Amino acid sequence: MLEQLSDLYLTYQSTLGYIGINALLALSVYVSLSCGQLALGSAGFAALGAYAGALATMKADLPFPLALLLSALLPALVAVPLGLPVLRLKGVFLAIATIGFGEVVRLGLVNWEYVNGAQGIVAIPQKASIWMISLAVAVTLYVLSRVRGSKWGFALEAIREDEPAARTMGIPSTRYKLAMLVLGAALAGLAGGLEAHFTFMVAPNGFGFSRVVDMLVFAVVGGAQLFWGPVVGAGFLTVLPEVLREVAPLVGIEPGPLRMLVNGLVLLLVILYLPAGLVSLPRRLRERRAAP
Amino acid sequence: MSALLSLRGVERSFGGLRAVDGASFEVEAGTVHGLIGPNGAGKTTLINLVSGLLAPTGGSIHLSGRAIGGLAPPRIAALGVARTFQNIRLFPELTARDNVLVGQHLRRHPSLLARLLLLRSARDEAQAARERAAALLARVGLPGRVDEQARHLSYGEQRRVEIARALASQPSLLLLDEPTAGMNPVEVQGVAALIRQVAAEGHSVLLVEHNVRLVMDVCDRITVLNFGKVIAEGTPAAVAADPAVITAYLGSER
Amino acid sequence: MGQQVINGLFLGSIYALFALGYTLVFGVLDILNLAHAAVFMVATFVAVALVGHGVHILLALPAAVLFAGLLGLVLERVAFRPLRARTDSNIAGLISSLAAATIIEAVVLEIWGPNITRFPFGTLPEGPTNQLRLLGGTVSRLQLTIIAVAGLLVLALTWLVQRTRLGREVRAVAESPRAARVLGVDVDRAIAAAFFISSALGGAGGVLYGLAFNSISPDMGRGVELKGLAVIILGGMGSMPGAVLAGFALGLTEVFVVANLGGSWRDVISFAGLFLFLVLRPRGLLGAAVTREA
Repeated sequence: MLEQLSDLYLTYQSTLGYIGINALLALSVYVSLSCGQLALGSAGFAALGAYAGALATMKADLPFPLALLLSALLPALVAVPLGLPVLRLKGVFLAIATIGFGEVVRLGLVNWEYVNGAQGIVAIPQKASIWMISLAVAVTLYVLSRVRGSKWGFALEAIREDEPAARTMGIPSTRYKLAMLVLGAALAGLAGGLEAHFTFMVAPNGFGFSRVVDMLVFAVVGGAQLFWGPVVGAGFLTVLPEVLREVAPLVGIEPGPLRMLVNGLVLLLVILYLPAGLVSLPRRLRERRAAP
Repeated sequence: MSALLSLRGVERSFGGLRAVDGASFEVEAGTVHGLIGPNGAGKTTLINLVSGLLAPTGGSIHLSGRAIGGLAPPRIAALGVARTFQNIRLFPELTARDNVLVGQHLRRHPSLLARLLLLRSARDEAQAARERAAALLARVGLPGRVDEQARHLSYGEQRRVEIARALASQPSLLLLDEPTAGMNPVEVQGVAALIRQVAAEGHSVLLVEHNVRLVMDVCDRITVLNFGKVIAEGTPAAVAADPAVITAYLGSER
Repeated sequence: MGQQVINGLFLGSIYALFALGYTLVFGVLDILNLAHAAVFMVATFVAVALVGHGVHILLALPAAVLFAGLLGLVLERVAFRPLRARTDSNIAGLISSLAAATIIEAVVLEIWGPNITRFPFGTLPEGPTNQLRLLGGTVSRLQLTIIAVAGLLVLALTWLVQRTRLGREVRAVAESPRAARVLGVDVDRAIAAAFFISSALGGAGGVLYGLAFNSISPDMGRGVELKGLAVIILGGMGSMPGAVLAGFALGLTEVFVVANLGGSWRDVISFAGLFLFLVLRPRGLLGAAVTREA
């Protein structure tokens, strides 16, 4: 029994790691969403973190924890001058500006010869382990759980629901929005640093627009109103392809398209019928049962 | 006695339209000051100017001698101004208590570290804040509705939660924009008593209201606005007798 | 130099077509329809399939455009209308359009596969004068045709929006849905019309793009999607003349950047420009001021 369990663990080890990394990335989009801001710069921040971390261990021979610190710190520092002008924009304008930022980062890396341009960096030492990734997720969730229901948590919710009204209550919304952008950047950068040392390689095209779309989808499908929603979403949508690969031959659809089809349908159904995400499903079912 | 709030020649135009056109008046500390006038007279615009949601295009606004015209809303709130909204703007997904907790923002000083380390002091601070919020809700007559989501409350209840939320910051100046709109007479009585009580505690109230009876009952002084200009000012009795007011406002309503 | 101008105009006309539909829906609903690129892509596949079955391109083009328009109606019905009452409808709409885009791409991927598809040889009739000399450069008849078709579509849309009753209704809804409803405009119909027109234009852009570059794949919409964003920001969100102007501006700029700085810098320019414009002049070249909510 124990042996079977450990076999199972070995088989799905990498999946577990990806769940954790994806959870951190989803959380990086979530923290801005928690105060109503659709900021989609996370792919760019993750790229900065991945490259900073990889260069730190490979070129500067820094110890891994220090490299990870750098992975989180660099994007966080970049987020400040980015956020000050960009956070004045509202709704989709903010989304577009941050997408533009992400693309500029990606294209900058493509054009940077020192890091092999579009080929990216390979043979990065594998230093990130499952427990480190899990620890990062756990610490993040703990901090977010302590923010919820606190003075700051209420301020974030107030900004999300009605920013001008929140401001008349003395809540400096710009500072909160900037803080969440910086936190999101640090989380994305950390995830990037972990990913680089988990998959041994980074390339700019792994951090394009579709990557940040994935992060947003994790957050929304899991539920963007509660801090554990994005983790549930990342877990669900990272495991789903593994399941679908088994199912694909049975339904006679190629695994690639099937995965996209199911992802698209899940996202559509969630946004239409479960706007608070999968984590709200139990409550909705209970309400449904109590209603008639 | 020096004025708590003083407006001098305040102007605000939208495009070519002057919603507030050179308004000047003062609100004394510890008084209830009524602001009345026909629809479109510029009352709500004026409240928005004082609370910072709009910047004046001319004139000056002083709070306790300090210029606040054009400051950002959080700055003005920190100087002691709180408000309610004509079109209720509670946070609909939050409970009544949590709405009031948001209103306490300026009065709470918890430590993030203490909260992360699960320290006793953090728990006590949060508990005290929750109790203060519940007490405020009881004070506006909603002791049983503390944990109800704001969107599930009745119209009159929502207005009262808004007042409690505004009081939570212990403002020196409370701006009430039609606090009794949509309320039944019993609820209106309750709000009238509450306003008097709040003023007795030393807060000043600037009250925009369509309910003439209420204004006459609770206000110490009244300013009448029409087309963005002050057309009359004085005690309720003096204003009620002013021929300009009768033609512009009371006359048109009755 | 002349050659570059021609190439720039050619590329710009496709960007303009794509962005026109994008910006039309944004102007009406304040929603970014991220499925626009998927419609662009699927219309091209439909045209290829029709031509493959022996349909002449002059029939296949309008058929694919009609298909795209109808798909736009379906999208509006399934992914946008149910969300319209929500307070966060612009973020929710963005996400549901993303979902729709994924579903469309999955279906195309399953039917046609991931490889590059091409229009069969001889889709466009060959003539003795395939190359024309103009402005000191050479233009193919194909390029000229594409610029002409794009120009005609832009004019037709302008006429539709400015001169017809339907166009007036769409503009009224864009201005204020509530006011439009009071004035007796059937808001649902106007929004559906905007989606039909928008998607049809996107489809036309796709087919022309497919003919021009003849490299058609399920992910061909992605590059254009982000370029389209740059164009509508540059032109001013919701401004149709702005979208056309900015489309041509981006096309010309890209061609000049490629010629003078090299191909790898092409996209940097559009996104850096997009970013700077949003920060420095969010209303774009011709857009109305971004209104700030009190």
